[in-house]
Amino acid sequence: MNSTETKQSVAPAAADQDERIQRVSFWKKALNRPELGALAGAVLVLAFFIAASSGTGMFTPAGIINFLEVAAQLGIIATAAALLMIGGEFDLSIGSMIGLAGILIAIPAVEYGWPLWAAILLAFACAGLVGWINGNLVNKTGLPSFIVTLGFLFILRGLAIGTSRLLTGRTQVGGVQDHIPGDWFAALFSGEVATGLFSWMAENGWMATNFAGNPTVSGIPVSIVWWLGLTAVATWVLLCTPYGNWIFASGGDANAARNSGVPVHRVKISLFMFTAFSATIFACIQVMDTGSADTIRGLLKELEAIIAVVIGGALLTGGYGSAIGAALGALIFGMVQMGIFYTGVNTDWFQVFLGVMLLVAVLFNNYMRKKAMEAK
Amino acid sequence: MARLSQWLLATAATTALMAGAAQAQEPQQDASRFVMVTHGVPSDPFWSVVKNGAEAAAELVGAELEYRAPSTFDMAKMQQLVEAAVASNPDGLILSFTDENALGGAVQNAVDNGIPVITINSGGDVARDYGARLHIGQSEYEAGKQAAERMQEMGVEKGVCVNHEQGNQGLDQRCDGFVEGFDGNAEQLATTYDPTNIRNAIVAYLNENSDVRGVLTLGALAAEPMIQAMREQGATDMFTLGTFDLSPGILEALDAGELNFAIDQQQYMQGYLPVMFLDQFVKNGLLPAGDVATGPGFVTQENAAQVIELSSQGIR
Repeated sequence: MNSTETKQSVAPAAADQDERIQRVSFWKKALNRPELGALAGAVLVLAFFIAASSGTGMFTPAGIINFLEVAAQLGIIATAAALLMIGGEFDLSIGSMIGLAGILIAIPAVEYGWPLWAAILLAFACAGLVGWINGNLVNKTGLPSFIVTLGFLFILRGLAIGTSRLLTGRTQVGGVQDHIPGDWFAALFSGEVATGLFSWMAENGWMATNFAGNPTVSGIPVSIVWWLGLTAVATWVLLCTPYGNWIFASGGDANAARNSGVPVHRVKISLFMFTAFSATIFACIQVMDTGSADTIRGLLKELEAIIAVVIGGALLTGGYGSAIGAALGALIFGMVQMGIFYTGVNTDWFQVFLGVMLLVAVLFNNYMRKKAMEAK
Repeated sequence: MARLSQWLLATAATTALMAGAAQAQEPQQDASRFVMVTHGVPSDPFWSVVKNGAEAAAELVGAELEYRAPSTFDMAKMQQLVEAAVASNPDGLILSFTDENALGGAVQNAVDNGIPVITINSGGDVARDYGARLHIGQSEYEAGKQAAERMQEMGVEKGVCVNHEQGNQGLDQRCDGFVEGFDGNAEQLATTYDPTNIRNAIVAYLNENSDVRGVLTLGALAAEPMIQAMREQGATDMFTLGTFDLSPGILEALDAGELNFAIDQQQYMQGYLPVMFLDQFVKNGLLPAGDVATGPGFVTQENAAQVIELSSQGIR
């Protein structure tokens, strides 16, 4: 009785209702959300860095933007990878698609004088085609998407290298930044937003200056806006549209879904096209940002995206997961990847650090979920 | 007497026959076939230039050149390529000797079969132990050390070496030499391949270590994000910036004075020279007596323009 009294005193509003229903429904809500564990993992990683990097610049505005930008770029592809994984498939060709898309943007623009918007559209069109082929191959052959897209991992990387060597004699193409000004489409993928706000803050002394004497943050990188936008849209699609239900159904049990009228094949093709699109968005942002394309860009990003999605609570077997979880997974990844530079750890141990932190985050994530289940 | 004359006749006839055969053989003689095996993955711009150099030399001397490289940085694959090359019994073998454990046996095997071997680019310190005739390349450690010395001459007291591929022996040696050159007053900063990651890591590091004034990157992959970060902050004058290797972006930054120096190992020579040397060895038995250092050479604002011209031709 004591415990009941305490609860009642803490939450008097709940006193009138049957408290068991109240509690179960609250836990059930949290439990049914895959992102619960990821949130716990993110909080843990955050707490670790607040402790380990105290007195450093990790949690100044500049430091936050610094790791958010890395998280955002990964988050963009992780969102699409999450939808696809919930739909029951993998796409290992994302990383190579990034390299190829970059080349498809840079070569027409720099070597052949295309306007940048046309080159970007070409890259998106090719990405759409690649996604469509991936999806159709998986559907028609019945092979695991792991194998089909593994093939495309090599094909796309090889195409990027071969094409750029053939047309330019090298594997890096620079000079894209000269084409950005005045291009309406490229503007969507380049620069920063809210720059006025930040310079105003700096003028009023609300923001510190960095090693070069500039305001530490001049704006929010556009990649962060894309990340948040894509996560929001993907979450809305998953939770509020019939198409979202189709994705869950296709990944959960494709046969049952098909029997109940879900166009599983079309769902999968569209998801593969979306992962290729997201890789192209990633490539656009990076090409505009660095001013160059390189055939090696995006190396291992397919694995990082899958890691982010899994940290985010999705099941490797499909049918379960969330876009917000993937975003949290990308956030954890970005924090860990950049955090080491603030902790003073010798960077010889960079990869050990990265691996251990990711494992800890996932283990904690699972532990929290189990705890939550028991509490039910 | 009859016997002697018979013998003389026979000898003369044989000699004439042999000479005739030799003469007849001369124009038909097959072109020398050299095989070059490197660890350079196809996407690495550095190795395109090596290949260009080797192809130019082969054309010049009328030799046949086979260039082979694994598609990923993988010593086991490279070992297989070298073994296959030895088995094809070429007139000469050129290889980048990145790993003595993986490649030493195959090199020894080539030497035992009478195939002359010239190593290029890496492994110069140990290649001779396995019977290689000659090494053509740059001491990575020495190059890193010279980069540090140059930065110190420019007034830098503390530096950082950005390593975008930890575990690559050559890159690790460059950083080791750099740190040693600074008497330990320098650190290694490990990053991934990702340009955004590299750029943000450098910015984060410099914000945390305000006494560091010299930044060294180990290749174009990392140099361009570094230059970009400095441009964005308008900080190119605040730091002494150096890099290894050349690319159009690096040359442009050198020309504009945003980058202080680039260390160039003239890799065109690492392709060109071994083919020329092997050709001389096959034809005349001639070889240089000592290793050839193609680097470190420093490209700065003064000579950038000339190098840009050569770079567009795939020579630098």
